[in-house]
Amino acid sequence: MSARNLTVALAGNPNSGKTTIFNNITGARQHVGNYPGVTVERREGFRRYQGKELLLVDLPGTYSLTAHSLDELVARNVIVNEKPDIIVNILDASNLERNLYLAVQLLELERPVVLALNMTDVAEQRGLKINDKVLSKKMGISVVRMVGNRNRGTEELLETVVAAAATNEYPPFRLDYGQEIEARIALITEALVSVTEVKYPLRWLAIKLLENDQDAKAIMSEVVGGTRILNLIEKARTELAAAFNDELELVIAEIRYRFVGEVYRQVVPANNDLAKTTSDKIDDVLTHRILGLPIFFGIMWLLFNIVFTVGAFPQEWLEQGVELIGTLLGQSLPDGELKSLLVDGIIGGVGSVIVFLPNILLLFLGIALLEDTGYMARAAFVVDRIMRAVGLHGKSFIPLLLGFGCSVPAIMGTRTLENPRDRMVTILVAPLMSCSARLPVYTLLTATFFSIEMAGTVLFSVYAVGIVLAILMALIFRKFLFPGEAEAFVMEMPPYHLPTMRSIFTHMWERSILYLKKAGTLILVASILVWFATNYPANVEYSMDYDQEKTQVEEAFNAQVVEQVLLPLQIEKLDDNEELGALIGEITAIHEAKDEAGEDLEDTLKTEQLGQLEQANNTLYPFALQYYEFEQKKQEQTDSLDKQQAGEKLAQSYAGQLGRTMEPVIRPLGFDWKIGVGLVSAMAAKEVLVSTLGTIYSVGEVDEEDSTSLQDALAADPAFNPLVAYCLMIFTLIYSPCLAALAVLRRETNSWKWTAFSFCYSTVLAWIVTLVVYQVGTLLL
Amino acid sequence: MIKTLDHLEPGETGVVIKVQGSGPVKRRIVDMGIVGETHIQVQKLAPLGDPMEIKVKNFNLSLRKSEAALIEVRTQ
Repeated sequence: MSARNLTVALAGNPNSGKTTIFNNITGARQHVGNYPGVTVERREGFRRYQGKELLLVDLPGTYSLTAHSLDELVARNVIVNEKPDIIVNILDASNLERNLYLAVQLLELERPVVLALNMTDVAEQRGLKINDKVLSKKMGISVVRMVGNRNRGTEELLETVVAAAATNEYPPFRLDYGQEIEARIALITEALVSVTEVKYPLRWLAIKLLENDQDAKAIMSEVVGGTRILNLIEKARTELAAAFNDELELVIAEIRYRFVGEVYRQVVPANNDLAKTTSDKIDDVLTHRILGLPIFFGIMWLLFNIVFTVGAFPQEWLEQGVELIGTLLGQSLPDGELKSLLVDGIIGGVGSVIVFLPNILLLFLGIALLEDTGYMARAAFVVDRIMRAVGLHGKSFIPLLLGFGCSVPAIMGTRTLENPRDRMVTILVAPLMSCSARLPVYTLLTATFFSIEMAGTVLFSVYAVGIVLAILMALIFRKFLFPGEAEAFVMEMPPYHLPTMRSIFTHMWERSILYLKKAGTLILVASILVWFATNYPANVEYSMDYDQEKTQVEEAFNAQVVEQVLLPLQIEKLDDNEELGALIGEITAIHEAKDEAGEDLEDTLKTEQLGQLEQANNTLYPFALQYYEFEQKKQEQTDSLDKQQAGEKLAQSYAGQLGRTMEPVIRPLGFDWKIGVGLVSAMAAKEVLVSTLGTIYSVGEVDEEDSTSLQDALAADPAFNPLVAYCLMIFTLIYSPCLAALAVLRRETNSWKWTAFSFCYSTVLAWIVTLVVYQVGTLLL
Repeated sequence: MIKTLDHLEPGETGVVIKVQGSGPVKRRIVDMGIVGETHIQVQKLAPLGDPMEIKVKNFNLSLRKSEAALIEVRTQ
C-alpha cells in the first residue's frame, strides 16, 4: 500500500446512519463482498480526497464489541488485524449516551478514532444541545457535526480524518476501572508481555480476558504460555466476582456506562430522558394494541402485491423481450445444434435469470422503505409472539410471506435478520411456502382429477401442508441443527424518519447487481445444464423411422390430391388453375380467421361465409374444400409424428434416463418414469413440470395457463388417478428448491454445504411425506 | 417496591437494580445500557401481549417478557 493511501474504518451502532454517510463519501465507488467464511457482508468504498486515495471499510453496525455476536467479532477483528489508519465512529446524536458506549470500546482498541456526531438536526428538534467541544475534550479526540441525510458535514469529516491521520498521534485513552480491577489488569498485562505472538493491544486483551471473552480465551489457549495466563485470569475473576458480588463482565460494562454517563451529562444539559417524542406518537397508532396487527397485515399485503403483482408487468415485458431475441436469432441461424444451444439453452437461461429482476428490485425497494423508515423493527415487535411459537424471530415473517410469491426474493429477504441462526432456519424453511411457480402444476392436476367443488379444498390442503411442514422443520432445525441458548430479542426501535432517495436506490441497485453477478451466473449455468440434459444425446434410436413416416404421409397426401382434385379438373398442378388456388386460400383464411378478441370465429359464422363462397363458385368449391381437408389431415398426422418423436427423444435424453433410473425409487410414491422425467427437469423451475409432461405425453407445447390437451392425455393414462395427482402436488411442493432458489441460497449462506443440505433435506422430506400420503391413501381408497 | 420489569404496567417507571441471568441474552441487555441505576419506563405491550417496549436512556427498546423478567427494578 502506497503512503498516499489511507484506510478508514466506519464503525457505529445500527441505525446511526453509518451507511448513509458511507454512501455520501464514496458515491458509486463501492464494492460489496463477504468476509471470508462468514455471512457477514463486507462493504468497501473509495474516495479521492486532497490527493489521497481513501479506502473506506464499512464495519457491521454493532452496539458493543463482545465475542457474543458474529458482527461484533468481525468488526473488532478488522480493527485489530487490518489496522485501519483511522476509525470513524458514527454517533447518533439523538441517542448519544448509548452510542458513546461503543466509542469507549473502540478507543480501548488503541487505534486513532474520530467521532462523527450524526443526526444533529434530530437531536436539536428534541431539544438536546450537544456541546461538541466538551465532548472532544472529554474523549480526547476530534468531533465533527453532521447531518448524513442531507449530506452535511461530509467535507469536514474527510478533512478531519486526513488531518488526524497526518499527525498520527493520539492521546492514549484510558478508562479507570477502579483500584481492584486495575491492579489485576496491570498484573495480566505484565504477564502478557512475555507472550510475544499476541498482536492485540495488551491492556485491551487483559480486559477482554477478565470479561471472560470466548474469542480472547481461544487465542490465549493457542499461544505458548497461554495456559499460565488463563489460570491467572481464572484466579483474578474469582477474586473480583467475590469482591463485587456480581459477574465481572457486568461490573466492567457498568463502569463503562458510568463513565459514558458522566461524559454525557457534561456534554448535554439536563433533559427529560423519558419524554414523549414524535416517534412515540406515530407508534401510538402503528403499534397500537388493537390496530397494530391489522396495520401490519395491511402493510404486508401491500408489500406482497407490489413485489409480485406490480412486478408481473415488467416481468412479462422481459419475457417477451427475451422471446423476441430468441425468435430473431432463430430466424437468422440455420437449424441445428448451435441454434438450439443459443436459442433454447443460453437465451432461455439468460431469460430465467433476468425474469426475477423486477421482483428483486421491488422487494428491495420495499425492504429499504421498511428499514429506513424504522417500521421493520415495529413489524417484528407486533408479530414476534406468533413467530416465536415456531422458534423464530419476528423479522422472519417477511421472508416467509414472500415465499408464497417466490423463494428467490424470500431467501434474499432474510438479510433483515441479524441473528445468523434465525436467518439460517428461515432460509431453510422458506422454500416450503408454496411459491407461485408451483401453481400451474396444481391447477393442471386439480383441474384434471378433481371436481370443481373439490378443487379449492385440494389446493388449500397443499398450501396448508407446506405451512405445517415449515413450522415443524423450523422447530426441528432450531432444536437439533442450531441448538443452544436462544439469542436475545432485545431490539432497538429506532425513531421514525424519512428515508432518502439516494439510500433507497443505492440499496436496490446494489442488491440487483449482487443478484446478477453472484446468483445469476449460477442460474445461467444450471439452466444450460438442464437444457443439455433434456436435449442430449442428440442421436437416439427411435421406435420407428419418423422421417420415413413423414415422407409417407406427404406421398399419400400428394396421391390423394392428384386423384381427387387434379385429375377430375384435368390439370397437372395446383398453379395451373389460379382460381382454385385462390379459393383454397380463402377457405383456409375463413377457418383460421380470428375475431377482434382473438377468439376463433363461431361455427355458424364460418358456415355462413363458406356458403357464400360456395354460391359464388359452385363448380370449383367442392374441389377446393377437398384439397383443404386433405391438407389439414396431412398437417395433423405430421404434427402428431413430431410430438411423438419429441416425446421419445426426451424419454431417451439424459433427463429421461435419469427419470427411468429412479423409477424404482419413486414407484412407492405412485410415480412412473414419466413423472420422474418431469420432476428432474422441473428442478430448473417447478412450472417446467407442466411443459415436460406435455412433451412426454406427446401433446406438444403446453401453455401453462391452458393445458386442456394435456389434461385429456393425463386423464387417459391409467398410471394416473386422483391419489397419484395429489401425491405429485405434494412432492412438487416439498422437493428441492428450484435451481434459481438454490443459487441464491448458495450466495446468501456463502456455503455449498448448506445448499446441498437444503436440496437433500427437502427431497428426502418430500419422499417421506408423499410415501405416507400414497400408501395411506391406497389403503383407504 | 422491587419487581422484575415484566411485571410493570405500561406507563410505569422503575430504576434498575440488577440484571439476572447469564450468557448472550444478559450481555445484550447490559450492552443496551440497562445497568444499575438506569431509569426505565414501560411504553407498551405488543398487540399479543408480548414483547414489551420500554424507554431507556432516551431511546426505545423492545424485549420479550422472558428477557424483561431478568431485570430487577425498584418502583415508587
